[in-house]
Amino acid sequence: MGLLLWLPLLVPTSAAAVLGLTRSPALARVAGVAVSAVVLVTGLLLVATVLHGKVATSAAGALRADALSAYMVTVVGAVALTATWGGQPPTGQVVDPRAATYAALVCLFVGAMSLAVLADNLGLMWVAVEATTIATAFLVGHHRTRTSLEAAWKYVVLGSVGVAVAFLGIVLLYAAARGAGQPTLSWSILDAARPAMSPALLRLAAALAVLGFATKAGLAPMHSWLPDAHSQAPAPVSGLMSGVLLSVAFYAILRIQAIANAVLGPGSMRGLLSVAGLASLAVAALLLLRQRDYKRMLAYSSIEHMGLLAIGAAAGGVIGLTAVLLHVLGHGLAKSSMFVVSGRLLAAEGSTAIADVRGLLARRPGLAIPWLAGTAALLGLPPFSLFFSEVGIVVAGWTSGMAVVTSVALALLLVVSAGLFRLAGSMTLGARTSGESADYSTHGPRMPLVLALSVTAVVGLVAVPVGALLLRAAAVLGGHG
Amino acid sequence: MQTTVYVQLVGLCAGLLLVTAVLLVWRRSLRASIRLLAVQGVALAVLVAVIGVYLGDVQLFAVGVLVLGLKGALLPWVLSRSELAGTTREDAPLLNPTATLIIASLLTTLAYLVTPPVDGPAGSAATHAVPVGIALVLIGFLLLVTRRRALSQLVGFLLIDNGIAAVAFLTAGGVPVVVELGASLDVLLVVLILQVLRGRMQVKFGSTDLTELTELHD
Repeated sequence: MGLLLWLPLLVPTSAAAVLGLTRSPALARVAGVAVSAVVLVTGLLLVATVLHGKVATSAAGALRADALSAYMVTVVGAVALTATWGGQPPTGQVVDPRAATYAALVCLFVGAMSLAVLADNLGLMWVAVEATTIATAFLVGHHRTRTSLEAAWKYVVLGSVGVAVAFLGIVLLYAAARGAGQPTLSWSILDAARPAMSPALLRLAAALAVLGFATKAGLAPMHSWLPDAHSQAPAPVSGLMSGVLLSVAFYAILRIQAIANAVLGPGSMRGLLSVAGLASLAVAALLLLRQRDYKRMLAYSSIEHMGLLAIGAAAGGVIGLTAVLLHVLGHGLAKSSMFVVSGRLLAAEGSTAIADVRGLLARRPGLAIPWLAGTAALLGLPPFSLFFSEVGIVVAGWTSGMAVVTSVALALLLVVSAGLFRLAGSMTLGARTSGESADYSTHGPRMPLVLALSVTAVVGLVAVPVGALLLRAAAVLGGHG
Repeated sequence: MQTTVYVQLVGLCAGLLLVTAVLLVWRRSLRASIRLLAVQGVALAVLVAVIGVYLGDVQLFAVGVLVLGLKGALLPWVLSRSELAGTTREDAPLLNPTATLIIASLLTTLAYLVTPPVDGPAGSAATHAVPVGIALVLIGFLLLVTRRRALSQLVGFLLIDNGIAAVAFLTAGGVPVVVELGASLDVLLVVLILQVLRGRMQVKFGSTDLTELTELHD
């Protein structure tokens, strides 16, 4: 059982090593998809283990897959598969000379995210989150243009500094645990032993750690790197970063919050998370209304969804936490599909400006239909699971005494939706110019988009085993019924 | 080790950390900044070794050697590799040195005010030095936001990192060794990546002035 935990770490790193040594273009083509599939299958096996009431551990407890970790590994695998499979270049295209490096970095990126969610140690998780910055730095700067260089610099500087603040928090948390006679950074031990940590020190430690990881999760006001990095990176990388890297950073916040809540009482991080959540929604609302670039539009939509997650986590409780976790999956799949389509749109239309893309539904229905379906999912329309998770977050907010925060969030959400709706409309509606024939091609593999969007559509309606898993994962975070 | 000697040594190392941080704010020559950073790395390594000897912790002593190699030698060497290719002076920081020094002293006071009392394993002498680590972090942020050269931002980042490491060793006798190794590797890789990006910036933009990074906006 313990061996299973090593698969999502060793397969990506060995794939990257082989790619680095052989630089084989054939392997570069399939490596990302194969590695993502391995992570997804491992995640599903771990979920099955968890549902049988077992918890896999390995490496003297440093790796551990409780319900939450198993769920997150599955999300990483599913989103990575959507992004890498959907982002495969069409066959017969000129081989990019840097394809091997690109594929190797993508493998390392997926491996680092797997480590971040499987490590039962705050320090190791921090190392893995920082490793994601390292793996993605050159992916963001892959196109080597002035703008991608600028985005990469800002991303690495802000990402590393933010995560360094989180490390300061983790160091202080270790000092607090050590002062209480439990020198450990493992949350399974901290949850079980509940050492009497100094409340003042723990509060400062948790606040710094949450603030640091919030930078990486793209929460306002530490979000300024996000639209640049996500719009300049190649589309599959944007899909991975927006769809799942933000959620992995948010997972770190959830773990820290659980440790802090156990000592300081429920809602210890509520103020911080509510402010960050509302600020993120406000930033997204303001900048989506007048957005001119569709990749940046998707990036701001990610900030919006991270804001919603923050409000859900601030509300907490079993409804809030299950809704947050379901939202992570729904947003990940929908956003990675959207970024995949945005990459194909850019290849077909040659521009990321919204004004340059008109009448998509009449001219390119093959691209317009997945684009509209993805937009509907991101807007939280039923039957997509984001509808249920958003309702869950709002209900949790109301019932936990955050009525004002929830009402403001709802109002901002309305503005965001209006903005996104208008932009999607202006891109897809309109007639085609005479003499132009409708293009039904999807410009790439159709299957990953169909799978990702249909999973998003049905997952909210499946109570067994999804519901059972989410309840167990929420229980790990202290959200008992 | 005698307690009085220990207290004096911890105080000396912490003082050296703070003095180098303030000198980093004052000096504008990038070469001098790199040398100061190396001195600071050595001071940090000595601090770790002193705590290791005091606690009788052989592992911590080994970590001290690692810190010496990384922060005292390797990182400054990486920084100095491409130093001569670009500008060697921070020619136009956003604030003049006097104002920056005043802010640095205010930040140090702030660090002493906000640091909660931590009873670490390394004794009260170490606890009294914790605000120095926090001050280093705050001064690092100051450098990050007021300097315009890419290399100066790297120096600011490393100052923050040194501050966090100092807090870790003073409050908890360092983090577990696996985490320490991973974190050191991460910092080294981040610095290498930023150096590569800086090199590409030099080629593409013809300078490493970060105020030219203005193409991406809404």
